[in-house]
Amino acid sequence: MKSTIVRLAAGAALVSLALTGCGDSSTGSSGGGKAATAKSAKDVGGLDALVEAAKKEGELNVIALPPDWANYGEIIKAFGDKYGIKVNSADPDSSSQDEINAVKSLKGQKRAPDVLDLGAAFALSGAKEGLFAPYKVETWGDIPDGLKEADGLWYGDYGGYISIGCDAKRIKVCPKTFADLKKPEYKGKVALNGNPTKSGSAFGGVYAAALANGGSFDNIKPGIDFFGALKKSGNYIPVESTPATVEKGETPISIDWDYLNAGYAEQFKSKGVDWQVAVPADGIYGSYYFQAVSKSAPHPAAARLWQEFLYSDEGQNLWLKGKSRPVRLPAMETAGTADKTFAAALPKVEGEPKFPTNDQIDAVKKVLAESWSAATSG
Amino acid sequence: MTETLDRGAGAPSTGAAAPRRRRPHRGKALAWLAVLPFFVVVGVFFFLPAGVLFFDAFRITDPDTQVTRFGLDNLEQASKGGYRTAFMGSIKLSVVTAVLGAVLGLLLAQAVVTARRGNLLRRLVLTASGVLANFGGVPLAFAFIATIGNAGVITALLKDAFGYDLGSSLYSFSGLALVYLYFLVPLMVLVIVPALDGLRPQWHEAAENLGATRWQYWRHVGGPILAPPVVGATMLLFCSAFAAFATAAAMVGSTVPLVTLQISDVLSGNVLAGQENVGKALGLGMVAVIAVVMTVYVLVQRRTSRWFR
Repeated sequence: MKSTIVRLAAGAALVSLALTGCGDSSTGSSGGGKAATAKSAKDVGGLDALVEAAKKEGELNVIALPPDWANYGEIIKAFGDKYGIKVNSADPDSSSQDEINAVKSLKGQKRAPDVLDLGAAFALSGAKEGLFAPYKVETWGDIPDGLKEADGLWYGDYGGYISIGCDAKRIKVCPKTFADLKKPEYKGKVALNGNPTKSGSAFGGVYAAALANGGSFDNIKPGIDFFGALKKSGNYIPVESTPATVEKGETPISIDWDYLNAGYAEQFKSKGVDWQVAVPADGIYGSYYFQAVSKSAPHPAAARLWQEFLYSDEGQNLWLKGKSRPVRLPAMETAGTADKTFAAALPKVEGEPKFPTNDQIDAVKKVLAESWSAATSG
Repeated sequence: MTETLDRGAGAPSTGAAAPRRRRPHRGKALAWLAVLPFFVVVGVFFFLPAGVLFFDAFRITDPDTQVTRFGLDNLEQASKGGYRTAFMGSIKLSVVTAVLGAVLGLLLAQAVVTARRGNLLRRLVLTASGVLANFGGVPLAFAFIATIGNAGVITALLKDAFGYDLGSSLYSFSGLALVYLYFLVPLMVLVIVPALDGLRPQWHEAAENLGATRWQYWRHVGGPILAPPVVGATMLLFCSAFAAFATAAAMVGSTVPLVTLQISDVLSGNVLAGQENVGKALGLGMVAVIAVVMTVYVLVQRRTSRWFR
């Protein structure tokens, strides 16, 4: 009897592990019509034809888009209202890997994701796995070459910088730099948005800390050591910051993307939280997310229309309203189409930001995965 | 399981008259039909995923060419660096909490059992154990965070009233062990009370009549009889702690290295791409650890069960 219980417990563990990863059904066809293979709106017969085709499909499946992240709540609503298309938003809080898993395991089903918003590593690996359909939006030319795949398999959408958010009611003097975070007055206060081997912004936090402590895009070790030291001194707390922990004061100092921190500032102002945001001058690290259309999208026209909407002035300004930096922002500022109020509200960045290459990111991730838990445990 | 069924179905057939002989057959078929859902569930939710896990753990896909081959690369990667640390962390946490949970649970269970039968204490403890043994995951973590986390009620109270700062001590190895004990001790009570009930008072009385001291009774009578169930229960606690995920994920993030957390990082993260099969290799590693534990258990069981023959 007892051995059965033990075996069952072991089995339960195993099942829960394995289930997450299985499912590789490779039957199924992507939606019909010209839209499924269209590489630009022209292939469907222009933008108006694309709108017609998308309306006929009537639905769009999006995944992993939290409504309080980069203004996605409003963007989804605006798209739905404008075109009369029902947007099904699945798993808002899931990760890039979950998106890739969903594309693979739901292939051929009506609820499979149409469009994806991915971290760089997943955009690259997904393209290699052949999961995306190439598509170039009308405003393709405005996207810098470094932020798009030449055939249109993936393209940068919005980005931001690592910032330090701080609850000014609980913290007397808010830290402005990574060097500040070491001060003893911040004992038990400093948090990341998750585990850097899992969360993109926490990874960015460690990368930025490396830059602030003598590291480089090739050397993330100083960043890991920095958090190791903060853990030893008791400043770093392993609580993952979320809107809830920010509101409750559980994470009075939180390192996160500036658009999230700035979003919290606005969201919680009415609740009496004075959340201040600073982009640390000693560790400027920025990163973009990437859009892609799923090759097996059940609503191929709506998926492409979604991209056209996101990269239109309207879509870009909605991202800007969410304190993120849309990829066409420089071009739109030149053309005078960027919303000036929203642009002025962005957290200030001092100095010229640089971006690491994908090879550099891959290399430091290996180092991070190997040494993060050893450096910060205990 | 099948053994019992066979015996049950076979019994009436002995010496029964010819027309009646059909019934056992139909009974047998019905009995098989009755257990069919069980086998389907076990097949779909246990053997199939286990097979996929085993298969994928050895499968390597080249990230550039997408060519698949089989080899030990995933397992090798899963056995070093941060993953090795995670295995050590998981095993350490599970051993510490299983042993502590077993000792504390055994003491509590013995106290309850030796109290008069049917009294309020016994009923209270057993009912509470039944509830608390199933209290886990994020709600459990949240309960502790809200109480003694860094913005918890008790933390604030201690700070205001006595100037003592608990700080973030909950988010550590010992904090996690404390939270695990919250469901492991009741689990131990639940599984060990029947065994303690099985110790007949007459044995104790007989030993006393023959001049045995209390120590001698436990050393030669009570201890050996209890050993198999206690060892078994400790193993159960070990497995329970070893496989726990949500509580740890909600409480300590990555600062207490655990295998289950590492698996979640590679299977559902935003940072590590194309590492799913390393996650499966880690899962296989967990199966291996449990297999070792089970083997030890079977050996102990075999040795101690001689006393019952």
